Amino acid sequence: MSSARLRVVHAGPLVSIQDGGRFGQMRFGVSASGPMDRISFAIANTALGQPETATGIEVSLGGLVLECKQGAVSFAVAGGGFSVDCAGNKSTSWTVQTLHEGQKLNIRGSVWGSWAYVAFAGVLKANTWLGSTATHSMSGFGGGALQSGQDIEIEDARVANDRLGDLPCPAFAKPDGTALVVTGPQDHHFAQSSVETFLSSPYKFTDAFDRMGVRLNGPELHLSEALSIPSEPILRGSVQVAGDGVPTVLLADHQTTGGYPKVATVISSDLDRLSQMRAQDSIKFVAVSPGQAVAMARSEAQTRRVYLDDLAKPRPSLNERLLRENLIGGVVSGADE
Amino acid sequence: MSDVRFKPVADHALLVEFASEISDEVNRTVIALDHTITKAQIKGVQEVIPALVNLLAVFDPLQTNHAQVEAAVRALLPVAPARDEEAMHHTVDVCYDEGFSPDLVAVAKACNMSEEAVIAAHSTALYRVGMYGFAPGYAYLSGVPKAIQVPRKTAPVRDIPAGSVMIAGPQCLATTIVMPTGWSIIGHTPAKIMTGNPDRPFLFEVGDTISFNRIRREAL
Repeated sequence: MSSARLRVVHAGPLVSIQDGGRFGQMRFGVSASGPMDRISFAIANTALGQPETATGIEVSLGGLVLECKQGAVSFAVAGGGFSVDCAGNKSTSWTVQTLHEGQKLNIRGSVWGSWAYVAFAGVLKANTWLGSTATHSMSGFGGGALQSGQDIEIEDARVANDRLGDLPCPAFAKPDGTALVVTGPQDHHFAQSSVETFLSSPYKFTDAFDRMGVRLNGPELHLSEALSIPSEPILRGSVQVAGDGVPTVLLADHQTTGGYPKVATVISSDLDRLSQMRAQDSIKFVAVSPGQAVAMARSEAQTRRVYLDDLAKPRPSLNERLLRENLIGGVVSGADE
Repeated sequence: MSDVRFKPVADHALLVEFASEISDEVNRTVIALDHTITKAQIKGVQEVIPALVNLLAVFDPLQTNHAQVEAAVRALLPVAPARDEEAMHHTVDVCYDEGFSPDLVAVAKACNMSEEAVIAAHSTALYRVGMYGFAPGYAYLSGVPKAIQVPRKTAPVRDIPAGSVMIAGPQCLATTIVMPTGWSIIGHTPAKIMTGNPDRPFLFEVGDTISFNRIRREAL
């Protein structure tokens, strides 16, 4: 089997190895990690016919430049509206191309989004921790942050000519300025007016935004009485409010427990697009009932499944690849195999 | 335990809470329910995270929902608080020697005790893992004797090495990674709480009991 060796010419801060995540270990203090935008990561892998959770690279706004030192490998980029330059061939995220020996791939933040994902047709070699290559940023365990100057290796590297071309960016992968939440579990500790404020005021992302969470800027939220709650489990999506009244949304590498009350929790299907927002972007939180949240999870899963299943099919001819956008857009066509 | 509270969290979790105040009895009840839920293999429940007064049951919303998980958990109640005799006991070596215990002098002063008396109190008490939290392998041990309970420092200290044995209030913790902390560091342990063994990656289960064994620097 052939392998490809890539030199990391430049990796900005928070560019890291990820897979689908490290589940089932929160009881030992380990959050799941994995991609900040899980659906875009799954799309990048699926576009190459890879398992959705295969190891890839999460690129931050700090950008990534790779140079192929040996071999050749097809890759997919999905997530956000980044700029992609593969040996002078310029495009945005949502593309599948091939990197050949001596060529450079340059991925930089551009029009929108905070994270882009690079998947490879092959197996990206990376350190595992507790059975996963996902990088846990607090400890550095797992595949780790990429460092300029290091080499990475893709085993069983393939050139996937039946996968090349642009991908449609699905609507569900783009931030729309809202996030659905279920209030609580400590909403009863907040003044009623504070919960209403949280649900009626726009909040802005600040630049205190990393893999652990994002601090928001907007009206302060006040507790009905000063209290510290016993440290309790936290989830990705928890909106916790520190003593200063400022809400923080906890994300992929969140601490697993904490003693700050949580006014609400963002539903899981809205976390991917929320994570793609940037500092100064505005978001409104909209409350739904727990039952509505479950219904939303099910319908979103169905929408995503349809997209991914279609994307998983190879498209041998250029004509079929060009048709892909229409097919996924829901246009019924006899050209679909 | 008649006043168990259930709170839905997002689209995929249920918080089960036994009390608002921390107590040994409440935490033992949480641990007992953790074991019971895990054994019961409730449909769709993927992960249970026990904490001091509550636990979080994380589920797959494609398979179940809050009401179904709540009904399944209610059917398992009441549970009797977990007992130490059913838990595993671990003896953990700690070196309290100078150079490994940067806050020992301050703790002794705050408690109006000699350093040796602080070490004696800390190393003879029986501790229990109340929960893991915050960071990988951070096991929160309850059982710090009243005589040596000190509050957190007002400002955290950076770059505390892994293996630091530290206390704050009634809790004790041995660190596993380099982190800032406001707790008082009174010793160092060579014990590997993250074992590196894939079959048992963390040394303690929640509910296990711990005692400390004083070692000198030569034994590190």
